Amino acid sequence: MKPARADPVLKVEHLTMRFGGLVAIHDLSFTAMRGDITALIGPNGAGKTTVFNCITGFYKPTEGRMALHHGDRAVWDELEPLTDRGDRSVRRGDGALFLLERLPDYLITQQAKVARTFQNIRLFPGMSVFENLLVAQHNPLMIASGFTFIGVFWPYAYGRAEKAAVEKARMWLDKIGLIERADDPAGELAYGAQRRLEIARAMCTDPVLLCLDEPAAGLNPRESTELNELLLSIRSEHATSILLIEHDMTVVMEISDHVVVLDYGVKISDGTPDEVRNDASVIAAYLGVEDEEVERAEAEVGL
Amino acid sequence: MAAEPPQSILRADVVRAVKDAALAGLLAFFLFLPLIGFQTVQNMRNELELNTRWPLLFVFVAIVAGGRLAYALVLAPWLARRAARAQKPSAAQAAFTAAFARWFTPFALGFVIVYPILAIVLAGLGGAVKWIDNFGIQILIYVMLGWGLNIVVGLAGLLDLGYVAFYAVGAYSYALLAQAFGLSFWLLLPLAGILAAFWGILLGFPVLRLRGDYLAIVTLAFGEIIRLILINWVPVTNGYAGISGIPRPTFFGIPFNASDEGFAATFGLEFSPVYRVIFLYYLILALALLTAYVTMRLRRLPVGRAWEALREDEIACRALGINTTNTKLTAFAMGGMFAGFAGSFFAARQGFISPESFTFLESATILSIVVLGGMGSQIGVAIAAIAMIGGTEILRELDFLKQVFGADFDPTQYRMLLFGFAMVLIMIWKPRGLIATREPSAVFRRRRAISVELVKEGRA
Repeated sequence: MKPARADPVLKVEHLTMRFGGLVAIHDLSFTAMRGDITALIGPNGAGKTTVFNCITGFYKPTEGRMALHHGDRAVWDELEPLTDRGDRSVRRGDGALFLLERLPDYLITQQAKVARTFQNIRLFPGMSVFENLLVAQHNPLMIASGFTFIGVFWPYAYGRAEKAAVEKARMWLDKIGLIERADDPAGELAYGAQRRLEIARAMCTDPVLLCLDEPAAGLNPRESTELNELLLSIRSEHATSILLIEHDMTVVMEISDHVVVLDYGVKISDGTPDEVRNDASVIAAYLGVEDEEVERAEAEVGL
Repeated sequence: MAAEPPQSILRADVVRAVKDAALAGLLAFFLFLPLIGFQTVQNMRNELELNTRWPLLFVFVAIVAGGRLAYALVLAPWLARRAARAQKPSAAQAAFTAAFARWFTPFALGFVIVYPILAIVLAGLGGAVKWIDNFGIQILIYVMLGWGLNIVVGLAGLLDLGYVAFYAVGAYSYALLAQAFGLSFWLLLPLAGILAAFWGILLGFPVLRLRGDYLAIVTLAFGEIIRLILINWVPVTNGYAGISGIPRPTFFGIPFNASDEGFAATFGLEFSPVYRVIFLYYLILALALLTAYVTMRLRRLPVGRAWEALREDEIACRALGINTTNTKLTAFAMGGMFAGFAGSFFAARQGFISPESFTFLESATILSIVVLGGMGSQIGVAIAAIAMIGGTEILRELDFLKQVFGADFDPTQYRMLLFGFAMVLIMIWKPRGLIATREPSAVFRRRRAISVELVKEGRA
């Protein structure tokens, strides 16, 4: 069952990121809806990963507001007072609102529940697949172990929480088809399996928003299809919205509900996959302009 | 049976080996000519004379050339054959390895528990003191320090070259507080650990952003700072002269001395220093085992897994919501705490401490124990501590060498040379330490050791 539209989970407003004189993102605004798969696409160097790094707190944006929402929709009313107050987050009833640009990176995952994967996979290669999934459940386990003090001298206090963590890991191992390889080091897995494991590991943090940086990069067509199924099942079975960067257009067009196109740090298009596909500026950004236009431009500069 | 290789190939091998040996001999000649061939001595009129030692030079060159020839002709082919044969271990070999892995720890534990009794039985009451003190206690202190540093370096992947600073903090905390306030060892032991952990956190804050080489340099400086403070803060630490007369630990209030209230008199035994040594031995054994137990527990708790994840990939840790600041600080604090325990034990055992005991060489020794043992492996660290510290002590025992090399020959002088040589050999033979596998902290279905090849060294 899909919730009604117009229920934003993430609102990015006027996001600007400068590195010295370079403007990597310029005044970007977009909204990701709850339960949607939102795709962020654009040519190489368009600033997609920079947007991700801002959302997940690895960069502090130069300007802009990124508001993430949990639960009750009424809490959106608090957005302006929260911004003016200078606080990081507000809770009202079962709703909560987080200003991501104000949170340090680890709290964005821990409290705002935004998880991410990386363009070049970042697993813990010397730890087993199972351990990778347990590390992702660090925060609830940390509380259960009494911040270590109780856990060291009284192992049983921590048993139940650990059992739940193992169950969750088993569920994800089953889902990504790696249950037979649970005790193998993550660094030994095939590339496609590492991609799936990284997604599962991010999901073990119980995210509200899952940010995937090129999940289909380097996958063969069959693995790509499996990935689509995995992402669709995450969307339907878990209360997780997905934001993804992708170059593989079959993935983007097949599974995303909403596409945002970036070029040189500026949003050039925003809409459903069909709308974006037929947008002239997107075609120009991806395929370049018509040949005659290039010739005309070259003539102008005297080539 | 395989056909004999043609004679010409064999001859070519010999020719090559001889050429190789001649080249090595030539190199050795030029290298040793100024070092051994010439000797400057002062004659009666205090003039410098140049002597030549051709026979000795010839002996050295012959050893090098002969050794090289033997290697090329005998050892190298044998190693090649062995490497070709040793592709698959047989079932018996595998069973032996499994049994060894299964029984090694209980056996080793049993041995260290009965070791003092064994020493008394074999060496008598008087003779056992040396064996329990110099070998047992000394090695166990370093085992404990190695296990403590293993948390910081092996698990969390934070290269710490100033570990001895926490050892010093523990030792001086005990010595100063015991003398100033007359507090007992049992109260000051945890206090020294807490103080050292506090210093660990204090060091941790400025180095949070550093990794690898940069971290190593800053921690090295920290170790030196602590030592220089101990030297120069004379009113408190008594500088180079150190602190003497540090109270010894008592057996639940009963001191180990020859008085009527002493341990021997209370239990109706004849007085002997061996009782205190045995008591200290079991004390440090208990402390070392506590270190091992806590480390083992911590590895299975989220904090330990976060340490290892931090070693593997810090950025991924942050993306998973792990507070890397706290995680690093807990690693420094835990490592520092165990060094503090060991330090206060050290002060209580020696009765005298001075900054001389906390030089960089100590840090380097502890770190080489961890590296040699295999980072992260507790058994490996224990074996390396026995080899390094026990090896040094054994050098003191080799008196018969004096008969060979003359009366002024002191084997302990060659300690560093032997260490260096052993390190080079180990690094060639086992570049990632004696135990080059990592036991996963959690098992899903079947236990499987992970090759260290995949494990990061925390130098990203």
